[in-house]
Amino acid sequence: MENNNNLNNSEKKGIGRRDLIKGLAAVPVLGALAFSTSKKNAYDQNLKNSILRELNIDASTPPPTGPMAGDPVRLGIIGYGIRGKQLVKAAGFMARSEKEKLQKSALENPNDTRLKDFMEQENLNVRFTGVCDLFDVRAEEALDTVTTDDNKPKRFGTYQEMLASPDIDGVIIATPDHWHAPISIDAARAGKHVYVEKCMTHKVNETYELYDAVKTSGIVFQVGHQHRQTQSFVTARDVLRKNVLGHVSLVQACTNRNSDNGAWQYNIHEKASPETIDWQQFLGNAPQIPFNKEHFFRWRKWWEYGSGLAGDLLTHDYDRINCLFRMGIPKSATASGGIYTHKDGRDVPDVYHVVMEYPDFQMGTSQEKGKEKGFTFMYSATLGNQFGGRNTLLMGHDATLELLGNTITVHADPRSTRYKEMIKDKMIDPEVPLYSYNPMANGVDGVTSATAKYFANKGLLFTYRNGKRVDSTHLHIREWLSGIRNGTKVSCGIEEGFEEAISAHMTTLAFKLGRKIEWDADAKKIINVTEEEINQCDFITI
Amino acid sequence: MKTELKKAATLNYTNGQVTALVILRMLIGWHLLYEGVVKLYNPSWSAGPFLMDSKGIFSQFFFDLASNPAVLNVVDFLNIWGLIAIGLGLILGLFNKVAAIAGAILLSLYYLSHPPFIGLKYALPSEGSYLIVNKNLIEIFALIVLAVFPTGLQIGLDRLIALSRGKSVEPVENEELEKEAA
Repeated sequence: MENNNNLNNSEKKGIGRRDLIKGLAAVPVLGALAFSTSKKNAYDQNLKNSILRELNIDASTPPPTGPMAGDPVRLGIIGYGIRGKQLVKAAGFMARSEKEKLQKSALENPNDTRLKDFMEQENLNVRFTGVCDLFDVRAEEALDTVTTDDNKPKRFGTYQEMLASPDIDGVIIATPDHWHAPISIDAARAGKHVYVEKCMTHKVNETYELYDAVKTSGIVFQVGHQHRQTQSFVTARDVLRKNVLGHVSLVQACTNRNSDNGAWQYNIHEKASPETIDWQQFLGNAPQIPFNKEHFFRWRKWWEYGSGLAGDLLTHDYDRINCLFRMGIPKSATASGGIYTHKDGRDVPDVYHVVMEYPDFQMGTSQEKGKEKGFTFMYSATLGNQFGGRNTLLMGHDATLELLGNTITVHADPRSTRYKEMIKDKMIDPEVPLYSYNPMANGVDGVTSATAKYFANKGLLFTYRNGKRVDSTHLHIREWLSGIRNGTKVSCGIEEGFEEAISAHMTTLAFKLGRKIEWDADAKKIINVTEEEINQCDFITI
Repeated sequence: MKTELKKAATLNYTNGQVTALVILRMLIGWHLLYEGVVKLYNPSWSAGPFLMDSKGIFSQFFFDLASNPAVLNVVDFLNIWGLIAIGLGLILGLFNKVAAIAGAILLSLYYLSHPPFIGLKYALPSEGSYLIVNKNLIEIFALIVLAVFPTGLQIGLDRLIALSRGKSVEPVENEELEKEAA
């Protein structure tokens, strides 16, 4: 028997005991790997489970809004500039020129799924029955974009005519800031639903007027802070509710942009002229000056029509935090900055810093009583640099939450009270995220320009639903339409818009007057500024 | 009989050579198998981000793979099960030569998608400092060594397969092989 298995016996065939041993010698190695793998998995899972159990964060998605069934909602678009075009696209109609551009781009760069995303966008069952733009070229383009076989839209020379039309159920307002409130107020009084871009208003007093107009009208009113649709915000809110961060003392949000487009140096159309632009209507309540192309196309560069960094970008970051904390209007605000990069005749600063104080805002704490109150919201912006490292941070005693577009990362603080034992037991490593949430972990994303990347990082471009990439603005408009159709709640209504506008205006007043501006929450009033000062800052001559 | 003998023929190693080669085979097998298993058990894993981080002359090819979701699914599937199959083959000594060559090809794809050449920078961090030669390249050539010096017939299931087919697993002298070839 032994001889039969002798290796040296080359004439013998068949499998002997020694052959079996040699043939299966490696199997124990496989067993060792399986054993180690299962041990490692169990270790990781146990660690993860105990952390997740401790944190108990509910990573849920925003509830879906109601159905888009029934008769089409008849909309009017007021202002078909850069943003107006995006809003109309989000509602279902892409301009011909953009479609051609995206087709070309998709051919050259297979990662560019913008056209595909648009084609897959849900049909919101709307009809644009009216368009209104003061520049003929844009009005014509808007007409061309929203015309369909069964819908021939009308161009209105003024928004008042549009609001008087019985064929309009609601309006989307994407005008310069100084027109937001006058149009919204008239629309509310005419019983037309309103979707208005941020900043909700341009002036302090019109903010109150719009608030009352909406409150007494019964219309569905939505401010264009589309990041409220971002999937990660619901999860971030739960992180705060479960007091994962402990007492948050400082919130930081920043804007870093360094491109012409990011500094509002928008394209001036070659056909722009007093013949093609209704200049008087553009000026509205702004100081009366002769025709000026640059003011028309690059209105964000002047306080007279825009709200600077405060209204354009601070409002987004403020509202992102307000969406999480619901902290409302600050007790006080200061602002400072200057024109340090774009010395091109603009009068709004291109570096802007804001500090908002919330000394009485209450949140949970893991420390002794009395340490749960108060935080500062700091906003810091420059249009002369696009360093990507200044993400939104919610800095708590126990942990720091980093908000980047659709992702959330939480790091435990090395000096945390709540996680002290877990850090000591090496269950939590402050260097490694305690919790991270990334709904796009399975996908690949392509964002093209620097400004687009800035917006994507703020969750302003797209979010995810069921693992699919969706335009946030599309969802925000859908929410508004569902409010109109089904009576469901909107996420950025008049209360949120009022808080956003007043907070932004407080920083503008602080910047212009060079002092700290205070808010009386009970009286709902800015207290240490005279009516004259407010009017002076808002270009109101009496 | 003669041809069968040649087919199953194996090189004449010393015990030390067999031991060293088999240990190398198992180490690489362990590495690849574990890589495959980790990916299999991570539902959110995809080759997408890695492929999108490709640099160098072949990067377009890897971008193309990543940009089509259907193709990316196939790539992910082949990656996971390729790693598992190659890892099992190397550890068990099953189809030793095929497993070693397939492993070298798979690793070559990783290497070519992220070549450590001058001027190429990657978003995904690497754990060491590399210039032209990195650990992928070394593992590729270790697998080529294992393909040229197979050991499945000495230690591994290949031995049992050969024997069950009635082939000889005895070492053949090099001169004998050369004679056969001539």
